[in-house]
Amino acid sequence: MSLAKEEKWTIKIGLASCGIAAGARKVYDAFKTQLKDKGLNVEIKQTGCMGMCYNEALIEVISPQNESTFYSKVTPDKVERIINEHIARSTPVTEWIIPQKELKSLMAKQKRVVLRNCGIIDPESLEDYLAADGYKALEKVLNSMSPQEVIDEITTSGLRGRGGAGFPTGIKWGFARKAEGEPKYIVCNADEGDPGAFMDRSVLESDPHTVIEGMLIAGYAVGASEGYFYIRAEYPLAIKRLEIALAKAMEKGFIGENIKGSGFSFSIKIRQGAGAFVCGEETALLMSIEGKRGMPRVRPPFPANSGLWEKPTTINNVETLANVAWIILNGASAFNSYGTEKSKGTKVFALAGKVAHGGLIEVPMGITLKEVVFDVGGGTSSGLEFKAIQIGGPSGGVIPASMADTQVDYESVTKTGAIMGSGGLIVMDESSCMVDITKFFLNFTQEESCGKCTFCRIGTLRMLETLKRIANGEGKEEDIELLEELAHTVKRASLCGLGQTAPNPVLTTIKYFRDEYEEHIRDHKCRAKKCQALITYEVISEKCPGCGVCAKYCPTKAISGERKKPFVIDQEKCIRCGLCMNVCRLDAISVQ
Amino acid sequence: MADGSMTEEKIDFSVIDAIARKHSVERGAVIPILQEVQDTLGYVPKAVIQRIADDIDVPASEIYGIVTFYAQFRLEPLGKYLIKVCHGTACHLCGAEMVADTIAQVTGAKEGATSEDKLFTVERVACLGCCSLAPCIMINGDTHGRLTPESIDKTMQEIRKKEAASAG
Repeated sequence: MSLAKEEKWTIKIGLASCGIAAGARKVYDAFKTQLKDKGLNVEIKQTGCMGMCYNEALIEVISPQNESTFYSKVTPDKVERIINEHIARSTPVTEWIIPQKELKSLMAKQKRVVLRNCGIIDPESLEDYLAADGYKALEKVLNSMSPQEVIDEITTSGLRGRGGAGFPTGIKWGFARKAEGEPKYIVCNADEGDPGAFMDRSVLESDPHTVIEGMLIAGYAVGASEGYFYIRAEYPLAIKRLEIALAKAMEKGFIGENIKGSGFSFSIKIRQGAGAFVCGEETALLMSIEGKRGMPRVRPPFPANSGLWEKPTTINNVETLANVAWIILNGASAFNSYGTEKSKGTKVFALAGKVAHGGLIEVPMGITLKEVVFDVGGGTSSGLEFKAIQIGGPSGGVIPASMADTQVDYESVTKTGAIMGSGGLIVMDESSCMVDITKFFLNFTQEESCGKCTFCRIGTLRMLETLKRIANGEGKEEDIELLEELAHTVKRASLCGLGQTAPNPVLTTIKYFRDEYEEHIRDHKCRAKKCQALITYEVISEKCPGCGVCAKYCPTKAISGERKKPFVIDQEKCIRCGLCMNVCRLDAISVQ
Repeated sequence: MADGSMTEEKIDFSVIDAIARKHSVERGAVIPILQEVQDTLGYVPKAVIQRIADDIDVPASEIYGIVTFYAQFRLEPLGKYLIKVCHGTACHLCGAEMVADTIAQVTGAKEGATSEDKLFTVERVACLGCCSLAPCIMINGDTHGRLTPESIDKTMQEIRKKEAASAG
């Protein structure tokens, strides 16, 4: 019997949203069904995000000797061979595994603090979390530290808010501790609204207890008794796993009255965001929890003194809270041994766009953008030249490839005109147009402006109109100056972070890619071939076999022709959506 | 869950009252009430706004203001399949417009609208957070990634086939 136990295999399947979208649930079911009557000693385990999203659906096979093998892009029809060859006969299916070399290069420059349990434990199992030293930091705090000692430890660690602004967490907690008024609240901002960012979703889907533990410690430190998770309704799986985690933590006495006999009581509720980007701003978020339209208000008073229902409130981001338990257990000095002088620890990024190895990564502060894109990210996915990186989402900016030596820390990134933001990193190659991407972000911020401040409400719209004009080849010489002037005015005259940062994409792209704007205006040319008004699609007759697929998908019926003869695009009808180019398997469509 | 075919005349107001009662013990309950109502009915009918207002003693104008402020709430019923087309940064770079065009083409519903057969409602969303699988969409809560015009077409045809089979 004990021998059989030693012979146990484990198969871990990444069941976070990305994995499930790539079909991991079906793979999980296939393993369950096919292993049923095999008589093999295999435990099939769900985990969260393993970070290598470009390989989804992703599984890890762990042998009885504890050797780990990762399989990428697993589909249900691959399951049988993996069982029959790898598990039954200990010979891995080499053509499907991720080479050790690739795994090493991916991990070499990463350091996992926040993501320490992601992809390793079952997010729905409290036992798994406890086995990974879960809730030990909470017990340490309750048994042997005063609230002030906790605040001092966090202050010494140098942890700064990971939501974007980078305010020192320990100092924030100190303000709330000193503030008068009862009850005090802790709010976890999980309203991750930046397009292109999925750090908070992944952490909550993969290791919800870490965030809960961080919130409990924050609550103890500031003297709060109630906590709220404000989480986007667009993240149903994160909400579900958080609900499960809260229920289990409550059942085991980690949440509730007189936690572990310490006299400290804390309750936690979930509030779902209802789809308003501005609610990521802290005062707007509080309005939303109070059941109102989420519109920011003037600070001061700061939430630390007058927040939720005018009581002292501490608002921390998911990633910030996910650092807390690790710092308490490993010590402030372990944490601040990573990073730069003013930016300590690590930062989680959602690496996406035109990058080969997209996924969830965690790197020490101070690493260069170049290392992130090439060493961790494996370069561009298209093989085209790396052009720029977008950091900080709609509030951030574009940093050109020529400045890829920029260090990733709050100060260095801010110096470029971008902001660190919450962790979206979008890699762009030669096929990305800077006017187009700026138009994209302005379209977003313009739609999401709550309308309270005139300059944000109207200014973003005027900027968007100007950008559209430029993209349409109708730009005027003075448009660039007009954009800059508007940008500075909107920055100055807006109340909250949304308006103050919305012009950043405009300013950084003009700063670093002015020639591209000028090209659109003067030569009516889009070098990335992205701006629809400035390009034409044509069929390359020599390559076209006349299969008619393009004509079938053309939304305006602009393509016609006889079967087996080259087709033709009617330029009058063509809306330049590029669908034909996407569906043509023979590269018989060109764009000029 | 969401049944888009429910018309205003058929609303069972006792259900609304129960939802309101359940949440009203909490402070700031309006949004959770509206969320549960929408989960139940698929949208927030105008008549229901008045009912909630009466139930929890908040002016109907204020509730209407909340419904229209947040993108999540709908005043119109949904098609049977809600397709959320992701327009996040990664999806934008990887062809979100192409996805939107294809979906409009094969479902007959443009973004923000419902197809004539009431089968599909297509919505534009900011980001589904599945950026590594761009471009992606969500159909009734399930995310589909790495889309191509062919894969979208296939998925929609499967839905139509399933619907045709269950109808007759």
